[in-house]
Amino acid sequence: MRLELLGLSKRYPGCVANDAVSLKVEPGEIHAILGENGAGKSTLMKMIYGVVKPDDGQMMWNNKEVEIKGPAHARQLGMGMVFQHFSLFETLTVTENIALYLEPSEVSSMAALRQHIEAVAQEYGLAINPDRKVGSLSVGEQQRVEIIRCLIQDIKLLILDEPTAVLTPAEADHLIQVLKQLASKGCSILFISHKLHEVNALCDRATVLRAGKVTGSCVPRETSPADMARLMLGDELTLTETFTGGKTADLLLQLKQIEVAPNDLFAIHLRDINLNLHRGEIVGLAGVAGNGQDELVDLLNGEIAANAGQMTLSGQSITPLSVQQRRRLGMAVVPADRIGRGAVGTMNLTENNLLTASITHGTKGGLINWQAVSQRTKQIIQRYKVKTTGEHEQADSLSGGNLQKFILGREIEQAPQVLICFHPTWGVDVGAANLIHQQLIALRDQGAAILVLSEDLDELYLLADRLGALCAGQLSPVIAKDEVSLEQLGQWMAGQFDSKETSHAH
Amino acid sequence: MDIAFIDNVLFATVRTATPLLLVALGAMMSERAGVLNLGQEGMVLVGAALAFIAAYVTGSMGWGVLAGAFAGMLVSVLFAFIALSLMANQVATGLALTIFGTGLSAFIGADYVGQSITGLSPIAIPLLSNIPLVGKALFAQDLLVYLSFGLFAGLWWIMRSTRLGLIIRAVGENPQAAHALGYPVIKIRYLAVLFGGAMAGLAGAYLSLSYTPMWSEGIAAGRGWIALALVVFASWRTQRVLLGAWLFGFASILHLLLQGYGYDISPNLLGMLPYLVTIIVLVIMMRRKQGIGDAPRSLGRPFSPSR
Repeated sequence: MRLELLGLSKRYPGCVANDAVSLKVEPGEIHAILGENGAGKSTLMKMIYGVVKPDDGQMMWNNKEVEIKGPAHARQLGMGMVFQHFSLFETLTVTENIALYLEPSEVSSMAALRQHIEAVAQEYGLAINPDRKVGSLSVGEQQRVEIIRCLIQDIKLLILDEPTAVLTPAEADHLIQVLKQLASKGCSILFISHKLHEVNALCDRATVLRAGKVTGSCVPRETSPADMARLMLGDELTLTETFTGGKTADLLLQLKQIEVAPNDLFAIHLRDINLNLHRGEIVGLAGVAGNGQDELVDLLNGEIAANAGQMTLSGQSITPLSVQQRRRLGMAVVPADRIGRGAVGTMNLTENNLLTASITHGTKGGLINWQAVSQRTKQIIQRYKVKTTGEHEQADSLSGGNLQKFILGREIEQAPQVLICFHPTWGVDVGAANLIHQQLIALRDQGAAILVLSEDLDELYLLADRLGALCAGQLSPVIAKDEVSLEQLGQWMAGQFDSKETSHAH
Repeated sequence: MDIAFIDNVLFATVRTATPLLLVALGAMMSERAGVLNLGQEGMVLVGAALAFIAAYVTGSMGWGVLAGAFAGMLVSVLFAFIALSLMANQVATGLALTIFGTGLSAFIGADYVGQSITGLSPIAIPLLSNIPLVGKALFAQDLLVYLSFGLFAGLWWIMRSTRLGLIIRAVGENPQAAHALGYPVIKIRYLAVLFGGAMAGLAGAYLSLSYTPMWSEGIAAGRGWIALALVVFASWRTQRVLLGAWLFGFASILHLLLQGYGYDISPNLLGMLPYLVTIIVLVIMMRRKQGIGDAPRSLGRPFSPSR
């Protein structure tokens, strides 16, 4: 056994990141760690690599118990890790970067190291020019540098944290080939991912994490994506509340044959998006991250323009309108990243309230009525139960859940006709999530149209009147929730749209 | 224009360039490690004052030079403590250091204004100094000029071929990653700043012991600032710092030259030349595709290992 974890636990104040996680990895095995965002995958890998110390549990390395003192110790044992956010020096060359990673005794001369790098690169088909500056390389090439950096030592276990998240599809395929080759030479690989098809194509075994616990283990080649999705997402609904359906009225927002060409290598090409949003309904869109959700939200918000197709609000074309113009017409967006997009971290809550609210109120002739804005901010804090010391507290000192309640409150208080909500309860505790759900339902019952994009299927089933899924930039049929089984939704998330009627939204 | 005249112009260019070279090399090293120290002018002044006083009191040039370098380093410790340990804003701290150094040097040097010493004497190297054109400029200078050449060569080698140079660059580029690889970021930054202080002090010593062997208030005359611009236009590369220093040195003596030829241009206008050159070169450099691509990425940003 190359690596064995026995009941590894890690607790942070207020949450258990890993709860008694056990798993085994054989030499030459490619082992996937599957799980949603926040399931505890990254914490687990950091414990193995010695970045984070476990609170409980044992770790066996080559059948001997070890306690990893730090990344340097892990490297000595023969582990290597490729992080999600690279730790490279951009103004230094590839060779220089690798030299810094090695002990001085391991670098006899830069010329020898350079040759060694070329040999490793050639062996694994990782084309790289050792003399290029890392800053001038593409993200995919930078990842190659990190991988070569691990391979240049005698490596027994390679850990990759969502390695394909930053890669183009062609680069991802190439990476999978490299990893297979590496495994065939006896190196074990721990592969963190939430992309089911990759895990299927690559991995010998998979351990599935959900909320810090191992919920199952499977052989991906013999398990259907739908079953794996169920292990990841859980098949029992954990949210106990239920809401009655909305009373759908007239058509409000309509997207007709929208196409958005990608503006960079990593953007998803949105194709033939047809979607209708009616007054008094919530439409939920499922989908694994990175299947066009970001692009769709940017498009609706007016940050990016469609290359083809029409968008109308109550029959009026909004295709060419700017963000501000759309907001004046009653569209509001709650983005996924709270700090940076939803709020300015270094500004206080009153100022943050004004950022979007100024369109509807709080200013007159370009002058700010601070008293009124402050009053409204206090109202939001009170109504949405935002835990804060007051309206003058800085946004980034609020917890994620509290800030989300505030941002949502800010948008709802402007009584939007259409509200786009991206990950409304990501990283939010259950109490706050319930409150957010209630507020969304209340807004719907007032006659607003709401679009919720989420990876949390429980949430979608709870809130939505109609459901659909995004996969690879395409939208599945969007139909009444009662007619969409969990299995059906899983197939849509995997891009199999034609198993049910293909007619788009009514 | 005869050969002797050109000899003299080149000789004066190198002399004028020496203090710029010393300060700029020191500033380059601390900036390579990610620390922007705008206190160069202040450190040069304190170095110049103490170098002169030490040389005047002891009668020894050696003590003067040592005192200058040591004084510059001592002042830079203050900067390093505030900017690196307390993590204050580096720009503000550096500006404060310049103001502090200006005042301090005027205060301690007040009693020595108008005193004079015999400056460092040039030592002509046999044979080499007879080479046409460059002989006098490069090989008939005083010891501090030769020292600046030696420091230049040493730093060029360190930055180009040694692991130490690589680590310094890594620290200035991405201190978080360097820390994660186990390099002592704060310690390296301290040493880089202290080295910069010693170099600035040395430049001060050159000014008050050799260039104009006397002490007068504000003797640095903005050279600390020009050196800072020089580092940017050299895009943090050692060889370019030398070329830049010579270019600036030449621009600084150009007005003497033109006056010698009888051109009637206001000396004030010509005095602006080094600064104009700075701006023009920066504009040209920024227009190039990669801009100042070599700027250390974390320049001026405090680093805290606990984050």
